[in-house]
Amino acid sequence: MRRFPLYLMLSVAALAVLFPLLVMLSTSLKPLAEINGGSLFALPREPTLDAWAKAWGGACISGDCRGLSVWFGNSFAIVLPALFCSLALGALTGYALSLRAARWMDILFAALLIGLFIPPQVTLYPMIVLVRELGLFGTLGGLVFAHTVWGLAFVTLLFRNFFLSVPRDLLKAARVDGAGFLATFWHVMLPLSLPVCAVALVLQFTYIWNDFILGLTFAGPGRQPVTVALNILAGSQLGPQEYNVNMAATMIAALPTILVYLLSGRLFVRGIAAGAVKG
Amino acid sequence: MKSSLRAPAIALLPAGMITFICFYLFIAWTFAISLTGSQLLPSWDFVGLAQYERLFASARWWTALRNMAIYGTLFITGCLSLGYLLAILIDRGVRAEGAYRTIFMLPLSMSFVVTGIIWQWMLNPGLGIQQAVRGLGWEDFAFNWLVRADRSIYTVVLAGIWQQSGLCMALFLAGLRGVDPNIWKAAKVDGIPTWRVYASIITPMLRPVFFTAAILLFSLVVKSFDLVVALTGGGPGFASDLPARFVMEHILNRQELGLGAAGACMMLATIAAVVGPYLYAEIRQKKGG
Repeated sequence: MRRFPLYLMLSVAALAVLFPLLVMLSTSLKPLAEINGGSLFALPREPTLDAWAKAWGGACISGDCRGLSVWFGNSFAIVLPALFCSLALGALTGYALSLRAARWMDILFAALLIGLFIPPQVTLYPMIVLVRELGLFGTLGGLVFAHTVWGLAFVTLLFRNFFLSVPRDLLKAARVDGAGFLATFWHVMLPLSLPVCAVALVLQFTYIWNDFILGLTFAGPGRQPVTVALNILAGSQLGPQEYNVNMAATMIAALPTILVYLLSGRLFVRGIAAGAVKG
Repeated sequence: MKSSLRAPAIALLPAGMITFICFYLFIAWTFAISLTGSQLLPSWDFVGLAQYERLFASARWWTALRNMAIYGTLFITGCLSLGYLLAILIDRGVRAEGAYRTIFMLPLSMSFVVTGIIWQWMLNPGLGIQQAVRGLGWEDFAFNWLVRADRSIYTVVLAGIWQQSGLCMALFLAGLRGVDPNIWKAAKVDGIPTWRVYASIITPMLRPVFFTAAILLFSLVVKSFDLVVALTGGGPGFASDLPARFVMEHILNRQELGLGAAGACMMLATIAAVVGPYLYAEIRQKKGG
């Protein structure tokens, strides 16, 4: 019984976290009349999936009335290549830096780490200029490039710190067997780093899917990710709104990262801790 | 160059170029542009510090700075204290610990845009919490901060704390788990009350975690853009504007590149003033130990 206050406080906190999400779910299942006439707290009297259907396939965003599904697809088209590029570059860079073969490597690592703290607004415009000069502005390639650049510091940090923990003897053994720099990376280090790969995958998926500012800036019209479309549909607007459709759209946009979080469990926590506590 | 260095050097070429060009050269470029009269496109007519003078003569910029101070203070203290409290509660050895942890960190997996829209709906004065509480019979209940110029920044604080407390909880929990169990045993033998152990022994031990979490949250505060865009749109008027949003708008929509660049440099200076000493101390410590 002494532990009752403990559980009470935890339950109140859990409820406070879940409450907005439950309200969102319940709103998305109500018909519009029920929303306008009823209470936010009330459960749907006649639950319907109409709002979900409209949000997915019929809502008008920037004059395109094919619903959120189009932008949802855009997000996947952005996330998959961006994930691949940022992980590949981060793993290779992290491996090379973990060798610490020369002093400038540590300097490069420090320079890269400081990059974690640069607000994107500072380097955004010159990045636009660079991407435009490369002829990639408004294309998928440009956006993938931007994501790779902005994710580089974090992914490299994860991989370098992991590779530093690998026993040096293993590297020596590989060298004795005649494996060069790349062969050691590919056959020895990369297979060892699968747990870190999983952490980086989960975290980068979440970051890239949730990105707003890069999608807003670098994706061409019609190519924007789902976060940008969602903000056009439901973000800070006046006038009559189909709140049930907005809430359904919000849930759809949030679902992939929520699923990844729930399925990946501890990987997410480990990634956040690794990113925060620099080794 | 030694031959053993050639392969790693080549492998580091892309990352080195990105670091040099996209981080540092770009910062220099933005700083240079902030000294020019650039409007829609970059131009190189240097005007000295005129853009900074305009920036600090702008009421909107001051509003944005004041909002960042309010938001930063309340958001960071809120997240730290709530996160620490939750971590302590969980660390007392509760059943279903995993479930609580999962719930507290759930908002972290969602984007700021999603968080902003959820809270915009909850705080909608006509249909949200205010109306629902009035419907329960409390007729003059008022919670219309979203549309009040003097309160809208606090809605951003609320939504921000809701989303990021879980991050602090995770960091503090990891810290608490690292505390030597013998400390607890010794405290028990000496009959020291639990709260006293936390206040006088554990909390000072966790000072590095507090620092790390605060720095992390601080850099989130300075970068904060998506949340305020989705939640209040900077409004009503510019009442809940933040520097990041001010900069984005002047660079991308208002054709005031020079002024926006000056704002961006001030953002960077703010971060550097706080994070710089932290990184310096961190590196010194590592060399010493």
